[in-house]
Amino acid sequence: MKIGDMTAIPEPLLEVRDLRIAIPGRQGEHLAVANIGFTVASGEILGLVGESGSGKSLSMLAVMGLLPAGMRASGSIRFKGQEILGLPERQMRRLRGGRIAMIFQDPMTALNPVLTLGAQIVETIELHNPSLSSRELRNRAIELMELVAIPAPDKRFDQYPHEFSGGMRQRIVIAIAVANDPDLLIADEPTTALDVTIQAQIVDILNRLRREKGVAIALITHDLGLVAGLADRIAILYAGRIAECGEIGAVFQRPRHPYTAGLLAAVPSIDADVARLYAIRGTPPSLADRPPGCQFNPRCPFALPRCAEYNPEFRRFGETVVACHRAEELNLASDTADAR
Amino acid sequence: MTVAASLKSKSIWPGITLRWSSATLIFALFVIISFIVIAVTIPLWSPYDPVGMAGRRLQPPSALHWCGTDALGRDVLTRALWGTRYSLPIAVFVLGVAVPVGVLLGTAAGFFGGIIDNAVMRLADVTLAFPPVLLAMAIAASLGPGLVNTAVALIIVWWPIYARLMRAQVLNVKKLDHVDAAVIAGAGRFRILFKHIMPLCWSPILVNTTMDVGLVILLASGLSFIGLGAQPPAPEWGQMVAEGASNFYSWWIALAPGMAIFLISISSNFLGDALRDVLDPQVKLPA
Repeated sequence: MKIGDMTAIPEPLLEVRDLRIAIPGRQGEHLAVANIGFTVASGEILGLVGESGSGKSLSMLAVMGLLPAGMRASGSIRFKGQEILGLPERQMRRLRGGRIAMIFQDPMTALNPVLTLGAQIVETIELHNPSLSSRELRNRAIELMELVAIPAPDKRFDQYPHEFSGGMRQRIVIAIAVANDPDLLIADEPTTALDVTIQAQIVDILNRLRREKGVAIALITHDLGLVAGLADRIAILYAGRIAECGEIGAVFQRPRHPYTAGLLAAVPSIDADVARLYAIRGTPPSLADRPPGCQFNPRCPFALPRCAEYNPEFRRFGETVVACHRAEELNLASDTADAR
Repeated sequence: MTVAASLKSKSIWPGITLRWSSATLIFALFVIISFIVIAVTIPLWSPYDPVGMAGRRLQPPSALHWCGTDALGRDVLTRALWGTRYSLPIAVFVLGVAVPVGVLLGTAAGFFGGIIDNAVMRLADVTLAFPPVLLAMAIAASLGPGLVNTAVALIIVWWPIYARLMRAQVLNVKKLDHVDAAVIAGAGRFRILFKHIMPLCWSPILVNTTMDVGLVILLASGLSFIGLGAQPPAPEWGQMVAEGASNFYSWWIALAPGMAIFLISISSNFLGDALRDVLDPQVKLPA
């Protein structure tokens, strides 16, 4: 593997291009991920937002090389300039837990109940640094526990998962994930299973990891608040495609895709005195029954005939790319309010 | 069972509660430990010769012969005590082979799946398709009468139970998140199997093995009863019960070996139950 190829343009840490993931079905294959592309730069936090089934988790499993059996991925996933889609298992294993790590949604089940927490952190370190002595491993594990703000790590080292609360376990899960100073951390809804005060602590820890260790984070979530607080950039996925992708402030202030605008409008606000909360009408299309043209057109309040005819090209507005036929003409911040 | 346990628990001393389940556990441990002690030490204190004449034939229980004498004038109690030296080793031997074989094959089937899974499980299905007693009889009969052949027959009948149990366990544990987490940490297959899957599979195996001690002894005695297991004059329980059955009006001949079979079977069941209460997270112990 060539690290830091001397090309003129700095290469993004992770570059996903034209990713398609096919699930075999009764009548041929269904595209769960139809065409997704995004980049994550070193030390950047990218929020991947979308409904269940929009393809956000599948894309990330494809990055880890862990797609469920039967699914096929095509396209290109480049990590540090190296193509990793279809890399042999042996090489993929070296990347996993080493350069690319992952945090799970549910910390209650992500830890082995019969091993001490210390042993589990040590195991991950040891897998990638077999030469370390057991003393060095222990010290390193305790450092990691300090990093994720576990009090009295010396004592906690020999405890079992059932002696820990959900928030504490999630911190251990994070400690295991960053055990080998990964370049990229995939966080799959890391706060969904936790209560709000604990969520804030986890967000703090993720932020600190980025600041102190320069870890890039791909944050999968459907919590827009979490993305707003943590991410630099956001990619909004709908039905296996990117709807909009751009710098977080720009997207939140001036959404250019009707779906983005709908999502933002659906977040309840304490200031707005409304009788009814806003909801995007309809439901996302099923895997087997994707509409022609823009995937969002059946639910879109601004749909035109051409929206159902062909899929929109990406349009670029500064840093933001949008896949919508009417991106130029619509002023969604006000139009969505009218459409209510 | 657990509801009954909570109802029947009572305080026998401040701070010490005797539960129904702990009473059965104490009973079970007492029986099993005594049987083991008897099996080991019986040659040192045997009241009579287990295969020699001890007095007049067919005597009912008396102070001299607590459980009477059989048709050949042998002391029934002595023979029943010596019987532990047949039944306990056979249980240990049968389970000592059948459990590891079953666990190994079941683990391979559950973990690797595919052709290994199919091969192992179809073989298990075929074995389990026959009534166990009938299959054990057929195998023992074709191998020829004798204790070793009985044990071999029982091993062939018993391993599929453990293969199925272990396979189901492995399949369940394999799905858990921490196994995925280990994959993501970069762990290899065998490390995942031995460190993250198998340690979570043991408790049902342990419980089942404990309970099966009684069943193996029961079935081994059954085979001896119909003449396929231990041969006369060996003081094997099943064979003694058979002798009792042919002297039907001397009820005491079958009583001692029958009680012995009953006691060891029920004790191993009680012990298994108690173990499950401790090991199975789905069983809630009354506080």
